[in-house]
Amino acid sequence: MACTGLQSKFQELDQYIDNLSISDKGSALIPVLHRAQTIFGYLPQDVQAHIAERLDVSTAKVYGVVSFYTFFTMEPRGRFNISVCLGTACFVGGAEAVLQEFEKELKIKSGETTSDFKFSITPVRCVGACSLAPIVMINDKVYPRVKASEVAHILAEYDEM
Amino acid sequence: MERILSFDQLKKQYEEVKHQTDLRLLTLNQAPSFIQLPEPYNRDLSVRHLMVCADTGCAASHSLGIADLLEKTIEKYGLQDKVKVIKTGCFGLCSQGPIIVVHPERVMYTQLKVEHIEEIVRNHLRDGHYVEHLLLGAREGNPTTNYDQVDFFRKQTRIATRNCGVINPASLEEYISQKGYLALGKCLTEWTPDDVVDIVKKSGLRGRGGAGFPTGMKWGFTAVEKEPQKYVCCNADEGDPGAFMDRSVLEGDPHSVLEAMAIAGYAIGADTGFIYIRAEYPSAIRRLLSSIEQAKEAGLLGNNIMGTGFNFNIELRLGAGAFVCGEETALIASVEGNRGEPRNKPPYPAAKGIYGKPTVINNVETLANICPIILNGSDWFRSIGTEKSPGTKVFALAGKVNNVGLIEVPMGTTLREIIYEIGGGIVNDKQLKAVQTGGPSGGCIPARYLDTPIDYESLQVIGTMMGSGGMIVLDETTCMVNIAKFYLEFTVDESCGKCTPCRFGNRYMLDIMNKITHGQGTREDLDKLSQLGETIKEASLCGLGQSSPNPVLSTIRYFRDEYLAHIDDKRCPAGVCTSLLQYEIVPELCIGCTICAKNCPVQCISGAVRQVHYIDQAACIKCGLCFSKCPKKAIIRK
Repeated sequence: MACTGLQSKFQELDQYIDNLSISDKGSALIPVLHRAQTIFGYLPQDVQAHIAERLDVSTAKVYGVVSFYTFFTMEPRGRFNISVCLGTACFVGGAEAVLQEFEKELKIKSGETTSDFKFSITPVRCVGACSLAPIVMINDKVYPRVKASEVAHILAEYDEM
Repeated sequence: MERILSFDQLKKQYEEVKHQTDLRLLTLNQAPSFIQLPEPYNRDLSVRHLMVCADTGCAASHSLGIADLLEKTIEKYGLQDKVKVIKTGCFGLCSQGPIIVVHPERVMYTQLKVEHIEEIVRNHLRDGHYVEHLLLGAREGNPTTNYDQVDFFRKQTRIATRNCGVINPASLEEYISQKGYLALGKCLTEWTPDDVVDIVKKSGLRGRGGAGFPTGMKWGFTAVEKEPQKYVCCNADEGDPGAFMDRSVLEGDPHSVLEAMAIAGYAIGADTGFIYIRAEYPSAIRRLLSSIEQAKEAGLLGNNIMGTGFNFNIELRLGAGAFVCGEETALIASVEGNRGEPRNKPPYPAAKGIYGKPTVINNVETLANICPIILNGSDWFRSIGTEKSPGTKVFALAGKVNNVGLIEVPMGTTLREIIYEIGGGIVNDKQLKAVQTGGPSGGCIPARYLDTPIDYESLQVIGTMMGSGGMIVLDETTCMVNIAKFYLEFTVDESCGKCTPCRFGNRYMLDIMNKITHGQGTREDLDKLSQLGETIKEASLCGLGQSSPNPVLSTIRYFRDEYLAHIDDKRCPAGVCTSLLQYEIVPELCIGCTICAKNCPVQCISGAVRQVHYIDQAACIKCGLCFSKCPKKAIIRK
């Protein structure tokens, strides 16, 4: 089952690559990586190698690009990704304390994932909603004007999930 | 919409739809010659338009749910033929969101929740009575029924954001009703490419991405290149933390950017455009993709635009979280699918850009100014702003200011007008300490320069820069050393590592800043910081490194005493740098309740019940728990 799941993911990626309109295959690399990360959740070595082969570029180049951009991750992430905005408006509004509270509650550092792959903490640079600072996003759900004291309460929402 | 085959057909289409959005217009702030304002008052109330802000900021406070509920409630009261709900772009007053504006009365309701909707529909839309307690300003005891009269709106001039909050950005027809694509049609049918470059040159428009290079000159350099293949690139990699101008324009008025790109393409002789946009802006990406499709179907983009034989296609390229990609040459590398590392200039992108071809790269806000310039002429544009910096600038006003949001003001407006009139002053009436502009590349302007008129040159003189438009207001509770360190951490993180001054220099500066905020700094460290900063500025390869020491240098220049307090007195005057804080128990106030001792995570508080307690400073980790728990406020922070 797991194997066929993985196969269908590769198929989905191949289909995307086949339908690309960008003529220069090399310049399609970043869009393809974006898509691959959406499909697989992260970019493990075998996915990178597969992309290199399909786009006819070296694996070194693929790895070079993946490791350059912070948006791409080579580690699997938690089901719930906690993005704590550390843009300036959030920073002066106390985002550091909020981040520390998440780290304390989940006993992981920012950038890490809990051992049960439930939560990841990702510091982000400005989501462009500065009027709601400090802002935290858990997957797509936005938590505006978060205080450190509310962190435990926010996490409790995910107890049953 | 029907496919448009000629400019005449577009003009006819405009005549047909131009009254669709009339009843929303009357903003006195809009440049009068650009948009003919209809008679302000005495308007027919049988048709109403309800504008709901659907920008990321308001959507995060559930404005979309409110829009849905509005439609349902309007139907429940049988008003659906008289009231139209329109999801629009940013009104600018983000701190008051979610916002609804009722036209034609021009009434703004703020900070709405789902439970308020029925009241608005019943009382206002059905019975014609304003809902007083939800009006703009009501919560401050100052309700207003005409939002144009409020300082926040009255003081603004909206050119780049002219359609945000006015039209439904998802509707091409509504964009056309605001003279959309008329500028492109005019260029393609009445002007030569040189005419277009000329008018942009004459307008004096300068790049709004930060550096302020004259846009017309950029276009001119690219236009004269002999290469048959050229490109237009829109830089929408808005990486400056605390800035969201470009996102709001792309979400609220996407066609204005697409149209301007096509005009640039015509002017320089390019048939392809790229928009390089941050992946962190999903709704702007969706909006752009659907707008490109719309424009193509209508014959306003793609091949043979308006039957003129001019072709222009636009592709999107997503960033992947690298601040340095806002730099032109790094952006080019990234569009080509490589690591976003900058390279030496020259050759400039105008000669060798994307795929080695001549490329014009303009920021979103710069492009948003193009169509009004074409339609109204360069003299009109020059009549706004200052002599050397004509036009307006959009700022994302954030931090410790009451009206957080998006504002557009003529160049030459003073900081005082922005912060105290438009911004409504400092939160909780605290003391203004400084204003940060230009993000990680800019500096902090101390309060004494509040009356400096803002343009590219004046900001440089006082040690900062215009930047892309982030404007963060800092009050007395902000530690200037800490904020400079914050920006430096950002640059160290975002330095691509290609050149040594930026890669090593900034890291070394950060080490020193850490020493200072931990109370281990010396006076020599200050000199070292200044020296290093100057060297990094001189020797770095790209704009990122060349400007990265600015936050530190400008705070040393204006807030030296705060650095000295950290160094000499081992004290953080704003009470922010935790290592320098000291918690002490005031014996006269302590009642010996033991709450502090029980809460202390490192057991460094001693004392018996009903006896004065004492904090062992050597063991204290300065977590501040005792400070917050003490029922008698007997613990002080120094």
